[in-house]
Amino acid sequence: MNTTGKVTGIVSNLVTVLVDGPVSENELCYIDVKGVRLLAEVIKVNGQQASVQVFESTRGLRNGDPVEFLGRMLEVTLGPGMLSSVYDGLQNDLTTMSDVFLKKGEYTDPINREILWDFTPIAQVGDEVRAADWLGEVHEGWLPHKIMVPFSFKGTYKVEKIEAAGSYNVDHVIAQLRDEAGERFDVTMTQRWPVKVAVRCYREKPRPSRIMETGVRVIDTFNPIAEGGTGFIPGPFGCGKTVLQHAIAKQGEADVIVMAACGERANEVVEIFTEFPELVDPHTGRKLMDRTTIICNTSNMPVAAREASVYTAMTICEYYRAMGLRCLLLADSTSRWAQALREMSNRMEELPGADAFPVDLSSIISNFYARAGMVVLNNGQTGAITFIGTVSPAGGNLKEPVTESTKKAARCFYALEQNRADQKRYPAVNPIDSYSKYLEYPEIASFLDEKVEPGWVEKVVGAKMLIRRGREMSDQINILGDDGVPMSYHEAFWKSELLDFGFLQQDAFDAIDSLCPIERQCEMLDLLLGVCAHDFEFENYEQCRSVFKEMINVVRQMNYSEFHSKNYKMYQDELNKLLQEYGK
Amino acid sequence: MANKAYQKIYTRLHAITKATVSLQASGVSNDELAVVDGRLAQVVKTKGDLVTLQVFSGTEGIPTDAEVQFLGAPPTLKVSEQLSGRFFNAYGHPIDGGPEVEGEEREVGGPSVNPYKRRQPSELIPTGIAGIDLNNTLVSGQKIPFFADPDQPYNEVMADVALRADVDKIILGGMGLSNDDYLYFRHQFESAGALDRIVCFINTTEDPPVERLLIPDMTLAAAEYFAVDKNEKVLVLLTDMTLYADALSIVSNRMDQIPSKDSMPGSLYSDLAKIYEKAVQLPAGGSITIIAVTTLNDGDITHAIPDNTGYITEGQLFLRADPDSGKVIIDPFRSLSRLKQLVQGKKTREDHSQLMNASVRLYADAQNAKTKLENGFDLSDYDLRCLDYAKEYATRILSIDVNISIEEMLNTVWQLFAKYFSPAETGIKQALIDKYWVK
Repeated sequence: MNTTGKVTGIVSNLVTVLVDGPVSENELCYIDVKGVRLLAEVIKVNGQQASVQVFESTRGLRNGDPVEFLGRMLEVTLGPGMLSSVYDGLQNDLTTMSDVFLKKGEYTDPINREILWDFTPIAQVGDEVRAADWLGEVHEGWLPHKIMVPFSFKGTYKVEKIEAAGSYNVDHVIAQLRDEAGERFDVTMTQRWPVKVAVRCYREKPRPSRIMETGVRVIDTFNPIAEGGTGFIPGPFGCGKTVLQHAIAKQGEADVIVMAACGERANEVVEIFTEFPELVDPHTGRKLMDRTTIICNTSNMPVAAREASVYTAMTICEYYRAMGLRCLLLADSTSRWAQALREMSNRMEELPGADAFPVDLSSIISNFYARAGMVVLNNGQTGAITFIGTVSPAGGNLKEPVTESTKKAARCFYALEQNRADQKRYPAVNPIDSYSKYLEYPEIASFLDEKVEPGWVEKVVGAKMLIRRGREMSDQINILGDDGVPMSYHEAFWKSELLDFGFLQQDAFDAIDSLCPIERQCEMLDLLLGVCAHDFEFENYEQCRSVFKEMINVVRQMNYSEFHSKNYKMYQDELNKLLQEYGK
Repeated sequence: MANKAYQKIYTRLHAITKATVSLQASGVSNDELAVVDGRLAQVVKTKGDLVTLQVFSGTEGIPTDAEVQFLGAPPTLKVSEQLSGRFFNAYGHPIDGGPEVEGEEREVGGPSVNPYKRRQPSELIPTGIAGIDLNNTLVSGQKIPFFADPDQPYNEVMADVALRADVDKIILGGMGLSNDDYLYFRHQFESAGALDRIVCFINTTEDPPVERLLIPDMTLAAAEYFAVDKNEKVLVLLTDMTLYADALSIVSNRMDQIPSKDSMPGSLYSDLAKIYEKAVQLPAGGSITIIAVTTLNDGDITHAIPDNTGYITEGQLFLRADPDSGKVIIDPFRSLSRLKQLVQGKKTREDHSQLMNASVRLYADAQNAKTKLENGFDLSDYDLRCLDYAKEYATRILSIDVNISIEEMLNTVWQLFAKYFSPAETGIKQALIDKYWVK
């Protein structure tokens, strides 16, 4: 018999329940409001009183309403058919809901149970298997979807029976396993897993050793993110967080992309629904939607489900990673998730930490980031989850709890700067404050030596130095005046401007410029560093300014032209002419 | 909101604060309305038998033996075509002397639209103001606030925008509106002959502040009726959202909640998002566009109210006085319309987006030149040209009293470019230079 209870108090979506039996932390329950069942999760227990957060509006709820506990935590259903789906934070399929408005208490099945999948067995009778080992395969569109031993199975099992190749729906038993104690288990194509628990069914988790290309120059070249790495993008509103994240989603080199729209604008998700089915994945030529799953809990949807949405997204990634795939998880924005935690903590009248956030915020964030990473599976293959979250710091001030906690957890830091955004220098990633720890990894450096060109990392560090020097020179010029500094200051400043306009800035809305493959980035950087290595002879700073402006214009035209096209070469020649004319 | 005959009447209040009262009661549902001593109130918290009510008009003079009656339902609004041309208070009662509206009674603050059922906004809303149309183009289904200091003419600009916009209904939610501004809106709407497509819900500074909390929900319930039921294009005006947020903080303070930044409730983001996210492009053709006003304290956008608003809305329009041109302008640096790329170059001319970026970049160069000038340095020829350009750009494009078509705006900018700069200095794609440069 499950534990039941009665509602005894309501403050917004925090409800206290008097229980008649055992309950566990994070256990789910249904609250019955005049026949409509609302899902809720236990977040605190005190004696007979359990505090639960309700994943829906509590309007109309009364004291005394009956509650039924389910004896399980919040789980997702994992199986073929998740790719290209649009789920809410609790993994309800939003596409199968009929109303224009979300109906309270309407929960839909995340997996279509009618579809027949072409199953091919991989394991054989008599094989010894463990959790996450591959039993068979179906084709989820283009993706070879592995049917695995459920993650919750502990110890080793013997395959007693495996279904022959054929078309089955997800509930069909495709294998029978016997554990060491001799008990027999049926395995179907789906399994369930609690979202707040990390999936650890792999052999080891090595350091990441290759980079994930995004086609964004300021990321790939200046601050590359590793496959299986973590990064975050903090920035005040209006600095282009979402545009940058969408660019990564469109161009990122990954097999599966899960986008968690966590407490953000609904129209941004609509943009994905509308554009992704049309846009083409530059790496495979397939439609972008064919590799994308969307988890969406927009800002007007219930707050408690917002917290769940990032965990749901991560669990889906872990499932695909166990198939040996490269996943990219994008969460926009993790601050909204932290705010959801704050709202609940506040209603429970807990003693607050900094800025009224709960005191364990930092550990919650690092635990979550730690679920990303590259893993070696039991069969020796590898899979990866690369995680990039955005952070929306209050008042644009990076000295606030969410940014600071995230900085401790993530290895890449893409600081968006108001000043750059005001000047329309997009992407507004601050070239000096931003960093990628992966540039310091020897395994990444040697990967880049091979993939791009030998000595690449030193070259990038050199380019960063030029930018930094230009910034210093610009400060000096502003203090001392154009006439008060030597010519070399102007030259150094304009060289950094050339790198800024010609390389760091990129037009996310231009068909050609938006996607810059690493070969092109390499050629461009070499070209610009070549210009910067030049010594120039200018009569005055006016001439210096106008010559560099002209060069910047030519380089921008190059960026807008098809790589190695006639126009591209023409502009390159123009640049060389300028160099010959004014170079020493 | 009619009283139900069998409802129990309570007569003992347990506690009274300036905004709330608590009492022992049973069978009460969350969010339901009650009448306390003849004043409307709403359930905000229950703990065992102790029920806390927020009293909209304040608790002055409420005795501990006041009569309390629960109404069994959350706030509602009667909706029908009769709403058109009418003025109401925060409870949805007429304040224009006309009769009560008859129609279907609907809960306000209802559920959200399934994000999957939304359509991508794609219709341009021209306003004639170049600082908006050219640099920060508005799109139907968008939500965007004016950020302005209290001395800026934000209500006037908003009224202009509303009357020029091509929409079926304009619904005004006034929160803490001064009586003068209320009469201004009323006069503007009347003299434009637009009364039949206007609905107003007004809370003035003379009304109790907590009543304001009802205004956005009422306004948006009416908007949803016209957009969802009638497939109309609805423009919602909300002024001033800062005063709305202040009312939120009053209530949460009286309920002893721990304040977060700037003494605002921790749920401010969700509270504001619930309102702004009602902006929508519906599949059947109706839409709700929200233009709001958030007044600032001396231009400080890091305060919790504008900050949270900026993270929710699809951009912001920043009003400020420009000392060089003597005009009130739409600040091109701080303003942004996030949906502009959905229409720029698609519903407007191909050169729109590049031209806009170049013109703002050059305006930024002028600001740098100005800093140099203020620091006492000599200006280069380029700096001087930038300054002249900036002045003319502010007068002919950024000023809020501009009223021209988008085509004219684009041509004006090309003229300014040709007057002050060389094609290379603008950094615009060569193909566009070839086609549009004024020789």
